[in-house]
Amino acid sequence: MKYLKQMAIILLFCLLGELLALLPLPIPAAVYGLILMVLALCTGILKAESIRETAKFLLEIMPVLFVGPAVSVLSHWGVIAPNLGPIVVIIVVGTFLTFAVSGLVTKCLSRKKDGDENG
Amino acid sequence: MKMAEFLSRFIWFPIVLTLGAFQIGLWCQKKWKSPICNPILIGAALVIGCLLLLNFPVAAYEKGTTYISWLLTPATVCLALPLYEQLRVLKKNLPAILAGVTAGTLTSLAAVILLCRLFSLDTQIGVSLLPKSITTAMGMVLSEENGGLVALTTTVILVTGILGNLAGSWICKLLHLNDPISRGVGFGTASHVVGTSRATELSALTGAVSSLSLTVSGILTAVLFPVACMFL
Repeated sequence: MKYLKQMAIILLFCLLGELLALLPLPIPAAVYGLILMVLALCTGILKAESIRETAKFLLEIMPVLFVGPAVSVLSHWGVIAPNLGPIVVIIVVGTFLTFAVSGLVTKCLSRKKDGDENG
Repeated sequence: MKMAEFLSRFIWFPIVLTLGAFQIGLWCQKKWKSPICNPILIGAALVIGCLLLLNFPVAAYEKGTTYISWLLTPATVCLALPLYEQLRVLKKNLPAILAGVTAGTLTSLAAVILLCRLFSLDTQIGVSLLPKSITTAMGMVLSEENGGLVALTTTVILVTGILGNLAGSWICKLLHLNDPISRGVGFGTASHVVGTSRATELSALTGAVSSLSLTVSGILTAVLFPVACMFL
């Protein structure tokens, strides 16, 4: 009954997240659940062993869960089509710039810090 | 037409189709190792092809896949595990991570604002595109509250995620982002949970940094959203 117990614990955190999501903030249940689970693990209320195998399974299957929503692009085609060109440019340029700036800023700062520590 | 009617009687058809298409995607990724051979992209393309070929209604397919989409919330919650296991490294690099995420979030918002102005797009379209780099559930709420089109927002968020998922490793190579910390920040900040699922495959630390980044960038975007809308 190991998996059942692990799933029950994970779903309990989903439920707690759902409860917090009643607050008037645009934060979804999943993000509250994630934060609560990190806190529970850090404080020792929850042991990593009590969720590990099921958590690993859920993380492994995560990518396939995005196929369904990706197909939904088809049913939203009517909203996209009139501005297809600009929308594609914004997504491609925006994503590249965001990835580049966030990654490079982090790289420069962590390297600087390492240098300080060594010197 | 008759074929579609026959198939729509089976609840497991959409799920088996999805899992099968994804397996073919995985096989292609293993065989060619090109970023375009992304299992989510190939999976979705194959499913779309099948649906069009069989004349199978998209709405029926969407209804069928809700049974597995249901696992997305517990899967996202479980990102807590790699985050916790890498906590020491994360703490040590916290200032650099937070600075990177903040810079990235501001860049994302500024890029959408500037390009929307350049293309002179409607404010409504702009609001719908603004949350492109954060997780769907958050982006939908922000878009809706500020008068955006929710359908457009969910689509744009998903396409952004898949783009980050498939092009992320290539961007890292191009910009010489070699360490798991800066890679994770890039994946999480630019392409939320979908990018994070790729970061997790690269290494546990990259996944943990990406999970932290998507959480911080989501919250930051929510805070900055009303201000950003004023510039559209």
